[in-house]
Amino acid sequence: MIRSSRLWSWIAFALGAAYFLLPLAGMFEFSLRARRGEYSFQAYQNVLGDPQFLATFGYSVLMAGFTIVLGVLIVAPTAFWVRLKLPGLRPVIEFVTLLPLVIPPIVIVFGYIRLYNTSSWLPMTGSALGTDILLMCGYATLSLPYMYRAVDTGLRTIDIRTLTEAAQSLGAGWITILGRLILPNVFVAVMSGAFLTFAIVIGEYVFAALLNRPAFGPYMVWMGSNKAYEPAALAVIAFSITWACMALIQLATRFQKFTKASR
Amino acid sequence: MSYLDLANLEKSFGATRVVRDFTLGVDKGEFISLLGPSGCGKTTVLRMVAGFEMPTAGAIRIDGQSVTDLPPNRRQIGMVFQAYALFPNLTVAENVSFGLKVQGVARAERDTRVAEMLDLIGLPDLGARYPFQLSGGQQQRVALARALAPRPRVLLLDEPLSALDAKVRVSLRSEIRAIQRDLGITTIFVTHDQEEAMSISDRIVVMNGGIAEQVGAPFQIYNRPATRFVAQFVGTLNTLQARLVDPARGTVALGDSVVTLDRVVDRPAGSTLTLALRPEALRLGHVPDHDAVLPARIAEVEFLGSVIRVRAEVGGNLLSLDTFNRPDAPPPAPGSQVHLFAAGRDFILLDD
Ligand SMILES: Nc1ncnc2c1ncn2[C@@H]1O[C@H](COP(=O)(O)OP(=O)(O)OP(=O)(O)O)[C@@H](O)[C@H]1O
Ligand SMILES: [Mg+2]
Repeated sequence: MIRSSRLWSWIAFALGAAYFLLPLAGMFEFSLRARRGEYSFQAYQNVLGDPQFLATFGYSVLMAGFTIVLGVLIVAPTAFWVRLKLPGLRPVIEFVTLLPLVIPPIVIVFGYIRLYNTSSWLPMTGSALGTDILLMCGYATLSLPYMYRAVDTGLRTIDIRTLTEAAQSLGAGWITILGRLILPNVFVAVMSGAFLTFAIVIGEYVFAALLNRPAFGPYMVWMGSNKAYEPAALAVIAFSITWACMALIQLATRFQKFTKASR
Repeated sequence: MSYLDLANLEKSFGATRVVRDFTLGVDKGEFISLLGPSGCGKTTVLRMVAGFEMPTAGAIRIDGQSVTDLPPNRRQIGMVFQAYALFPNLTVAENVSFGLKVQGVARAERDTRVAEMLDLIGLPDLGARYPFQLSGGQQQRVALARALAPRPRVLLLDEPLSALDAKVRVSLRSEIRAIQRDLGITTIFVTHDQEEAMSISDRIVVMNGGIAEQVGAPFQIYNRPATRFVAQFVGTLNTLQARLVDPARGTVALGDSVVTLDRVVDRPAGSTLTLALRPEALRLGHVPDHDAVLPARIAEVEFLGSVIRVRAEVGGNLLSLDTFNRPDAPPPAPGSQVHLFAAGRDFILLDD
């Protein structure tokens, strides 16, 4: 009985794995066929050798970094404060953080363009830096649902009220409490939020295209409509980066010395 | 004027008044316990002193200076929590030096102080450990060291021992008291365990329903309880009904004996009084000047080692009495008929 139920679990697992892995394997195989009649990494060489690739990817990574910092700065204190002082507001905040899933990015970006165009009271779109800041705010909005949930879940695992009070009685102010105690204790949660943010920013198309910034998303789309094998190679590269991020999170969790007890 | 002054503190949560007209002066270096049943407002008083709750009315002064409006991080008050509340991401040494670091104390001085504190709590070698690698008792010691390291003006402890097992609880409480005496730090200790409060406090505040019912030394609280609640909450109590004979001399008729209480009773002659006796005030054998004699039947005998607790039936009531163990005098057998003796001055008059 036990043996057969295990067998079924394995079959279910194998089916699920095949569902995810087969398209990937097919794409990978396709990406190796850039040269007629043999497998080669030609498409990868083309992609990696393209200065456009490096420029757009570098730009998006940088934007992702800034977006993560902005997101953490907005979300961590908010989630902390709501849990500590305004627990009644939690459903409201949760609803607000879900809005970006409901409102299409195209609406947000047209809103931005209307509000901050060159003839408006705050002409953000007038300069590259201003547009970058707008883009970063847009990205932060898109990642809000994931970032908030990740951080809030992390906060649930520690007794923030007592820890905060202990720190206060020792003379600590809010910045010390957040920076030295709360963030380190929800580090893993923040990392997973950061990772999701990274993935969103790297693949995002609408904001970057409409604000006309040289990001990776528009580059991928351009590549997809102009080349045959390179988009597949690009997708494989993007997947590898994603998985590398996951592995890094796992490592970070593993090496966090002080959480062994809870495992 | 006292070092720590709580003047007419009141606290309401919405419509419920949780603390009422709470006034207490604590001298420098004094060890005060707040004792009372669950929900009587002990924690709320402590949290108002710490600054985590704003009093609805009243004032808190430390060393003559009002701290009522100061935020908790500027009150210089050390606090120890029931749940330890050590910072899980910091080592023991980092936990202890946290308050000093916040104050901007230099590295070398911090290290010296941390070593000193770890010595004080008897854990000099555990500085590099993380909290999860410590036992509950060790964690609570570290929490104490952490609270004391920045030399707070007042130390507050909210049921610091209730999460520990009985043995550790007893040894740690005398350790806390020894450290407190050593440093001469003004301390408020919250507990609902009367034995704990009696054994370590200079004075006890017995609280009930948000009110301080009595403030006094353990000896006074136990022997001269001011209210019926205090008498019943602190220690074991036997209650008896008696008829007042002479209010001026304080004589009452108790069963067949006439007993003289050593006080004036402000009640009309002939009224019924509720008297109380501690278990150790009742004797099995006759003692000179014990003028109350109660015929009794032994119901059960509990041998506790140094003390023998006997329950005896007197006129339908069960009374407890404690006697010391003596190897040459075995305890009475259950079912035997005996006489219990008590002295008039040992009776506690409970107001109705
Ligand atoms: N933040 C709050 N909001 C509403 N009511 C509260 C709050 N904090 C405490 N109370 C109420 O105030 C009363 C006193 O609480 P408090 O925690 O001071 O009791 P306590 O004497 O410490 O009890 P215990 O021994 O159980 O810890 C309780 O009835 C409690 O429900
Ligand atoms: Mg309490």
